[in-house]
Amino acid sequence: MIQGPVYALRRNPNMMLGAVILALVMVIAVFSPLLTRTDPSKLSPFERLESPRASHWFGTDHLGRDVFDRTLVGSRISLLVGFSVGIITSVAGLAIGLVAGYYRRVDDVIMRFMDGLMAFPSLLLALALISLLGASVVNVILVICVVDTPRMVRVVRGAVLTLREQQFVEAANAIGTPAWRVLLRHIAPNTFAPVMVQATFIFALAIIVEANLSFLGAGVPPSIPSWGNIMGEGRTYLQIAVWVTFFPGLFLSFSVLSINLVGDGLRDTLDPRFSRRA
Amino acid sequence: MSVYIVRRLLASIPVILMVGIITFSILHISPGDPAVLMAGEEATPEDVEKMRQALGFDKPFYVQFGVWVGNLLRGDLGTSIFSKHSIASLMAPRLQPTLSLGLIAIVLSVLMGIPMGVLAASYAGSLTDRGVMIFAVLGFSVPVFWLGFIFIWLFAVEARIFPAVGFVPISEGILPYLRSLTLPAFANAIPFSALVARMTRSTMVEVLQEDYIRTARAKGLAELLVVGRHALRNASIPIVTVIGLVFAALVSGAVVTETVFAIPGLGRLLVDAVVRRDYPIVQAMLMVTAVAYVFVNLIIDIVYAYLDPRIRY
Repeated sequence: MIQGPVYALRRNPNMMLGAVILALVMVIAVFSPLLTRTDPSKLSPFERLESPRASHWFGTDHLGRDVFDRTLVGSRISLLVGFSVGIITSVAGLAIGLVAGYYRRVDDVIMRFMDGLMAFPSLLLALALISLLGASVVNVILVICVVDTPRMVRVVRGAVLTLREQQFVEAANAIGTPAWRVLLRHIAPNTFAPVMVQATFIFALAIIVEANLSFLGAGVPPSIPSWGNIMGEGRTYLQIAVWVTFFPGLFLSFSVLSINLVGDGLRDTLDPRFSRRA
Repeated sequence: MSVYIVRRLLASIPVILMVGIITFSILHISPGDPAVLMAGEEATPEDVEKMRQALGFDKPFYVQFGVWVGNLLRGDLGTSIFSKHSIASLMAPRLQPTLSLGLIAIVLSVLMGIPMGVLAASYAGSLTDRGVMIFAVLGFSVPVFWLGFIFIWLFAVEARIFPAVGFVPISEGILPYLRSLTLPAFANAIPFSALVARMTRSTMVEVLQEDYIRTARAKGLAELLVVGRHALRNASIPIVTVIGLVFAALVSGAVVTETVFAIPGLGRLLVDAVVRRDYPIVQAMLMVTAVAYVFVNLIIDIVYAYLDPRIRY
């Protein structure tokens, strides 16, 4: 029986919960300009560090900006970074992983390079690259892609190594199908499940790394509100105005949680090897 | 065993070489002239030229690489552009806070993670199991620095139990030392205890279904011994793997936690270097942490062989 995604969702309440929260965050991100009541970058010197109240649900920051509005708008950067990194690492990881898994001669060189990249603690490598490239949204995405692509390559290569021994690949080779066609038409589509699962986890990871970078002042520039840089700016005022850091972090945690739940659900449905375990 | 160790040691050489090439190249494939970047924004062309010569950038790429590797092998990590001190002397006093934080966090995540995982697996499907699993997903979704903030707010601002920021060296008394590390270590440990709990649970669930577990129960062995001696030992390999991963993640975590809790460790050194564009420090930090990571993995592989005598490469 073919089990559609809806069927999988109904059977897995955790994944359902994740999907609902994620959908909600996406709606907030898309419609945030309509949902905000103030200009998120408007300074109000007379309303600095006000605690949460009816006029400012999440309070205000040290420049009098509304934390609720900034948190809503901040969701855009997180999702933008998460989606971009998820898609770019999938494409790059597929391309590199297919080649590494199928062509023995380049496999060693590629994988040693990936091992080398993965030997660096991810945040350290990201920080070092940002310090060279400069802090901007595009560079943040680029840097997180460099850090996370090896993780995708590993997954793709692993899948290719098993697939290339399968009979249908042997059959395709036997009737003289060119190698690129075997790779693209026969092997690549079969790596879809593990790539999808890994992309989801990279999506979640990317959001946290972006927040870490922006929090450290090496990520999204302060002119664009992101959950990370709102919290980074709020750090100094933690002892008197916890709300500036509390609410963006709460939104971030729930977003990442929802993506992880969806990822777990996908893994359980798409990968029979793991569903037995979990 | 010793043949195995030597073979693993040799196998890590290409990775370390690759780490060196990447670390070194990062600075050179970056857009812009590194000498201009390092000399700063107000530098005159003469300053830049002096910087270029001082750093050897006027020589061919492979010569520079050779000199750099040679210096590393002699233990010379380079000199800070900003403070003009040798990087090794800048790192030395920062080792204690970072290593203390890392070790305590690893111990905490293992002490919290393994019992939680074992408990969840022993009562799979129960309310306890669900609770542990919720913690496992939640714990891994929360950014470390935010946890740190919440801890400071709860335990240092509202209830004044622990100091909000700062580090007390062990030489000033073990109790103040531990007190200063409690909050940051817990903040760092929670995501990884979640990871350890998850991995422990999934492997224990599998192991507990094995025939030898049924045999152990059938011969009337106490459940605690069945789980503790027979099951946990056989589930230990994936758990050790996760602890290896945790090491790398803890280094990243330390960068953030040290910033949140104002701990003068290696993470702070790196963040300050990034802000000041002090590239030799960035380079040295990358190299040192990556080599440390390779060695931790080496040790883990050796631990595997000890835990499971069947493993021989």
